[in-house]
Formats: sequence, structure tokens, C-alpha cells
Amino acid sequence: MSSSGKDMPKILVFSTEKISDPAIDMAGLLKLHYPPRVYIISLPCSSAVKPRWILKAFSEGFDGVFIAADGTDCPYGESCTDKTGAIIKQTQDMLKEKGIEPAKLRMAAICSICSEAFVKQMKNFTEYLVNQKTN
Amino acid sequence: MKNKIGVYICHCGGNISDYVDVEKVRDAVKDIEGVEISVDTMFACADSSQKQIFNDIKEKQLDGLVVASCSPKLHYPTFSAVAERAGLNKYNYVHANIREQVSWAHSDNKLGATEKAIQAVKAAIAGVKESISLEPIKIKSQKIVAVIGAGVAGMRAAKELADLGVKVYLIEREYFVGGRVAQLDYLCRVQETGKELVTRMYEAIHKHENITLFTGAEIIEKGGSIGNFKIKLKITPRYIKKDCNEDELKKAIEVCPVEVDDDFNFNITKRKAIYKNYPSEYPQKPAIDIKNCTRCGECEKVCSSIDFNQKEEILDLTVGSILTATGFDPYRPKENEFGWGLDNVVTLPQFRRIINMCDDKLIYNGKEIKEIAYIYCVGSRQVDGENKYCSRYCCTATLYTSILTHKKYKNIHAYHFNRGIRTYGKQEVIYDEVSQLGDIFLQSYEYDPATVEKQGDKTIVKVKDILTNNTEIEVEADLVVLVTGMEPRKDNSIGDVLKIPKGRDRFYNEIHMKLRPVETVIDGITIAGACQGPKNILESVNSALSAATKSYSIVNTGELALEPIIASVNEDTCTWCGLCADACPYDAIELINKNGKDIAEINKSVCKGCGMCLPVCESDSIEMSGFTNNIIENMISAYADI
Ligand SMILES: Cc1cc2nc3c(=O)[nH]c(=O)nc-3n(C[C@H](O)[C@H](O)[C@H](O)COP(=O)(O)OP(=O)(O)OC[C@H]3O[C@@H](n4cnc5c(N)ncnc54)[C@H](O)[C@@H]3O)c2cc1C
Repeated sequence: MSSSGKDMPKILVFSTEKISDPAIDMAGLLKLHYPPRVYIISLPCSSAVKPRWILKAFSEGFDGVFIAADGTDCPYGESCTDKTGAIIKQTQDMLKEKGIEPAKLRMAAICSICSEAFVKQMKNFTEYLVNQKTN
Repeated sequence: MKNKIGVYICHCGGNISDYVDVEKVRDAVKDIEGVEISVDTMFACADSSQKQIFNDIKEKQLDGLVVASCSPKLHYPTFSAVAERAGLNKYNYVHANIREQVSWAHSDNKLGATEKAIQAVKAAIAGVKESISLEPIKIKSQKIVAVIGAGVAGMRAAKELADLGVKVYLIEREYFVGGRVAQLDYLCRVQETGKELVTRMYEAIHKHENITLFTGAEIIEKGGSIGNFKIKLKITPRYIKKDCNEDELKKAIEVCPVEVDDDFNFNITKRKAIYKNYPSEYPQKPAIDIKNCTRCGECEKVCSSIDFNQKEEILDLTVGSILTATGFDPYRPKENEFGWGLDNVVTLPQFRRIINMCDDKLIYNGKEIKEIAYIYCVGSRQVDGENKYCSRYCCTATLYTSILTHKKYKNIHAYHFNRGIRTYGKQEVIYDEVSQLGDIFLQSYEYDPATVEKQGDKTIVKVKDILTNNTEIEVEADLVVLVTGMEPRKDNSIGDVLKIPKGRDRFYNEIHMKLRPVETVIDGITIAGACQGPKNILESVNSALSAATKSYSIVNTGELALEPIIASVNEDTCTWCGLCADACPYDAIELINKNGKDIAEINKSVCKGCGMCLPVCESDSIEMSGFTNNIIENMISAYADI
């Protein structure tokens, strides 16, 4: 019998309704498995993530936060990548001040067909967080 | 804060409950403060379940609704409609995706899946508690549809849309219309050839004032979104003048010294660099294949209609919806696959072109053909290869091809090496007709298929025939025809430009195979014909009409009701720094002075609800409906609470 992995790290994913949600859905459809302690909140665009939400996630006990960014596919315009990048940078600085490892906040562009990339990201991130916990 | 919330958790037959303990999820959330009822249901989308949700909202006066089922891409509209019918504002309904994002994604871990489903439903309840009622925003939508691909599916969809009063840009990558059907002579079960069908459709399109046909044209960029897609079209010229002299053009083709493999005839013949595939092809003007043209100038000497000064054009177009009908490629066998590479082994599409070219005697490579061996399921239903699917058209097309050969030529003997004939539906009569003609059927299992080998100058096809108790049977064939299936187009770059998801079979994927078969997850983009998976003409046209109707429903009123998800400013805390206005890609934020104070104001009809202004506000004075601090942070806390 499989275990739910209660000791596994918890990851909060900020995904986007039009771009990365379809990729995450398709990962399920294709039964590409990834660790189950990955929880998803969907937003219209990845450059709408407020740093305070990310900080809230860490203070509530999430081990990692992942931003599935729209990248150049953002339906709201090309500036999305830079803007999301700037939010991440700013929040990582805030994390550092709080003594939280900035690498526990990650971002990668996940397009609407990037199911495999998403799954790979979740596996790698979980592995990284497991190592952080044990080290 | 909502405190009479109804929670409905779906089994989806077994799609969810095979991996998620649905009853456990139901019980885990039933005592959460604010939850009035928590129930599980076999199919939440079934009429009876919708009725139950409707009745509960009315009778129990629910003020919030959570449905935990498949992806919201599929049934969000269904349950918002139930909520609205029952008098509950649809923004007081939150959906939890526990199929694509839970049961299927974690079908390897039932405990983990159940735990995740519980958290997802808790988060949805936390979100719905803080939700507020909203009214939709209306935007103008272009009453124009771009149809990509002028094969039978694209042309039929274009005609339908145009008849309904919509303007259509019909965009074809080749210089000629018709797609694969133009390559077919006789079609089974209709008294019309492929060419005649294409001609009839071209004429209807050509004279329709609502249709603009672009040939040699490809979409190279797409921006915008539903209602207002911005597309960039690259048009490669034909290098032939508008008013041209037909006789001179014929001469130009004759004198062109370049010879290249002729795609139209699946490379069994050659064509010139200036070409037309067949005399009655449309549009009627030939084209110059500039990649292969050597610019020797021979054509210009005999023809005044050639114009090498024509330039590639880039057009910017705005359309409300995009209908994709880019078709398929026939499977290309691998080296040595069933004798591929031998000089008397051809594919079914090639064989159809050979029949088209041979009048009273069937001749290939200088030899008369009498004994024909058809090998079925080449590139379909593969055991080792990627193409696990059945290509649908091929059993019928092969049997019909056999009928054609018997009608056109004398003393033909045909042997069908098959893995079970699939002439589904009305096509079964063709199977019956061929059986009456005396063709021989030999059947094998997928793991023990027929083999093709050369013995001296003879070509031998062997099989262990399961219809005669595994007797090994040999046939000496003059010609071996590989019945090749359908594959996604080799150059499917348009899928990347439009970002249309592909399925496991690499064809474009619909949202739901049964319930939403022509829509894609990209709002406003529909799919039709064989680009979605193997289809015959009837099936291609069925899906084209369905996609046309869907695209029509997006553009027809010239107005779309958009989600009222927009930003709003807290006037008390805003002190205008201008960062939000800089971040807004739509110039929807302006400086105003209210009661002597400079603050930001959001223009509601311009705001698109992207939220880019939210994180840049240092005083945190901007919130977005549906994504407020309260909603998001409550969801985070609910997720974290394990
Ligand atoms: C040998 C053979 C025999 C058959 N016999 C029959 C039969 O008897 N009866 C029957 O019902 N069916 C038959 N079929 C099936 C039939 O060919 C298909 O059902 C039909 O062609 C599908 O139409 P379509 O418009 O979806 O695709 P296609 O015919 O492939 O047309 C797609 C069009 O899109 C264009 N295109 C592609 N990419 C782009 C792009 N990026 N931009 C713009 N344009 C693009 C292509 O150039 C093409 O013109 C047969 C098929 C074969 C191979």
C-alpha cells in the first residue's frame, strides 16, 4: 500500500488559468505522476502574485512556493516575464531577511502544453526540499 | 462571509473514486464552519445531480457552492449555470479540480490523492466563504473568424460561417485548396470524385462575399485573446501576374528545366518548379515554387505573366475566433518495414495516384500489375511504435480501392493481409461487395504480422492465417500496397504558434472527447477535421460544422460577456505613487484627485483583470475581485492545515 508521504515537503504552486493550468491538467490526463503534496492556486496571470501571499505560505508551513509563470505566452502581454521575475527577486530578498532560504521560492515558465516540464519541476523541487530538510 | 455552503464531491464514475476515497473527503469537510451540507455524487454533471444542487440551493437557501470534480475547463460553465438558475450569483461558486489535478495525477498513490483532495476541497470552501457577488463585463468581439487550412473541413466550416453572416479569413498554406481530398479520385459511397467535391466547394467559397481566401499563407504570430486575437499572416507570392495568359503559362511549365519530387503524387512522379497539380485545380493559376526555382529565366522568355518582383507580404489581422483544420499526413513507413524500399512496394495514397494515372492497364515501374497484396494497419495500431490508434479511414478506403481496380482493369487478384476488418457503420456494405468479387482475406494477430521478402525476382508475402487455423500461406505479389494510417502533420508548427495542446497520440486535443469535442483549452480556438485525429470526410465535415457553430457562438453578437474580474483601489489607503499605472499593460489606471487627494482610479471597461498592478502597490491598496487577500490567504491557510 502506498503512503501519503506525510513527511514529504509541501509545495504551493501559483498557476495561471489560461496557460499553466491546462498543462497541469494534461499532466493528470496523461497520468504523469508527481508528488501529491503539491497544492495549486490559480490566478489570471503570474505577475499578479503578491509577495505577502508567498510570505503567508511560508509562515503557514509550506516548505516551498513555485510560480508556474506564463512566460512569453501570457495573454496579457510580453512584460509578464520581467514583472514576475521582479516579484520573485523582491520576495526572495524578503525571505533572506527572514532567514528563509530564497531558493525555496522558485519560478519557471510553464506553457499550456508543458506538462512534462511541470512534472519534472515538481519532482526536482520536492527532491531539493527533502535534501534541505535532512541537511 | 458565507455560512450556508453546499459541497458536492463527484466520483466521476470511478475516474475519481478509484483513487480518491470520496466518502472520506465528504466527511472530512462536513463539519467545517459554514458548510451546510456535504454530499458525494456518482456524476455531479448528470441531470439528476444538477437538479439536486438546484433544489438544495433553493430549499436550503445556500449562499455558497463548492463542486469538486473534473477540471473547471470542462464543467465550470455547467455548475455556474446551475447556480445562476437557482438564483445564486455564479461568483459564489468555487470549483475544486480533484480529477486532472488529483485522482489522475496521483493514481499511483491513493492515500496521497485522498489527502490532497481533502485539502483542495477545504481550500475551495475557504475561498467561497470570502467570495462576493459580481456582474459580467461586456466587451466587443470581432465578428470575424480565421479558418486555418482549406481542406474539406476548413472549406466546409468557412462556408457555414459565411452563410451565417460572419466574415471569414480562410488561410491555406499551399498554393491550392482542397487538402488531401484533392488528391483522391473516386470517393467511396458517393458518385463524385475528390476533385469534383473540391471544385464544388471552391466555387461556393470563391463567390461568397464574406470569405477572403489566402493561399501560400501561414500564421506566424498570435497575440490577444478570445474576441480579439491579433494574428500575423505571412503570404508567399505565386510570382504570377494577376491577369495572366493561360497559353503562355502552359508553355512556361513546358520549358521549365527544373524537376523535383511531386508531393501531390506522393513522390512517384516529378513536377516542374512552376507547377499546377492537375488541370482543373483551384485557384486556377499555377505557382512558382521559389525554393526550387533556379531563376534560369526560361519561363520569362515564353511567358509575360511571370513576375519575380512580387514580394512576400505580412498582414496584421484581428479576429474573434480561430478555427483550426490543418489535417493530417499519411504515415511514412520506416526503411524495410513490410518491404518498404523495394521497387514494387507502395503506400495506399501512392497506389491511388497510380490508379489515377493508368487508364486501361495497371502499370507500375514498367510492369503490368495483376496480383496485389494489401497489408493493413501500417503505422496504425502499432505494437512497438507510437501510433497506438486505429486510423479509421483505411479499411474502407482499401476495400473501395480494390473495387476500383476490379472495375478499371481486367484479371486483378487481390489479397488482403489484415488484422480484422473495421468497416464500421454503413461502410460494411463495401466489405460485402469486395467479398463477392472474390478477393481473399488473410488475417493475423498484431504480434505475428505478414512479412514481405524478395526471393530472386519474386516478391513473396507470407502470413500465418488465423482464419485457417494458423496455416502458413504465401502469396506472390506483383505489387505490395502498404495501407498506411494517418499521422499528425510533420510541420505542425501552427500548433506551437496557437499553443494548442496535443494528446498522447500527438494530434490536437479537445477539452472533452465526448462533451466538448471541438473546443480547445485556449478560449476562442476550435479544432476540426483530421488535425484532431483520424477521420474520414463525413466525420471531418461533422466536426467542421460543429466547430463552426462554436466559433460562431463566440463572435455572433459582436459582444462577449467577460468575467467581471477587475482591480479596485482602496481610496483610503492609496497615496498615488503611479507604480500601478506603470505596471498596467492596458493604460487602465489613471490619476484622479478626489476630495483634495491624489489617488489611482481603475477604468472598469479597460481593465482586463490580469492583476499586474497588485504586487507593485507598496501600500497594498489594490485588490482584485475573486483574488482578494482574504480569499487567497484563506485558501493558503486551508491548504496548509494538515
Ligand atoms: C488514400 C486515402 C483515401 C481516402 N479515401 C476516402 C474516401 O473515399 N472517403 C472519405 O470519406 N475519406 C477518405 N479519406 C480521408 C480524407 O482524406 C480525410 O478525411 C480528409 O482529407 C480530412 O480533411 P481535413 O480538411 O481535415 O484535412 P486535409 O485534407 O489534410 O486538409 C488540411 C488542409 O490544411 C492545410 N494546412 C496544413 N497546415 C496549415 C497551416 N499551418 N496553415 C494553413 N494551412 C495549413 C493543408 O495544406 C490542407 O490543405 C482518404 C484518405 C486517404 C489518405
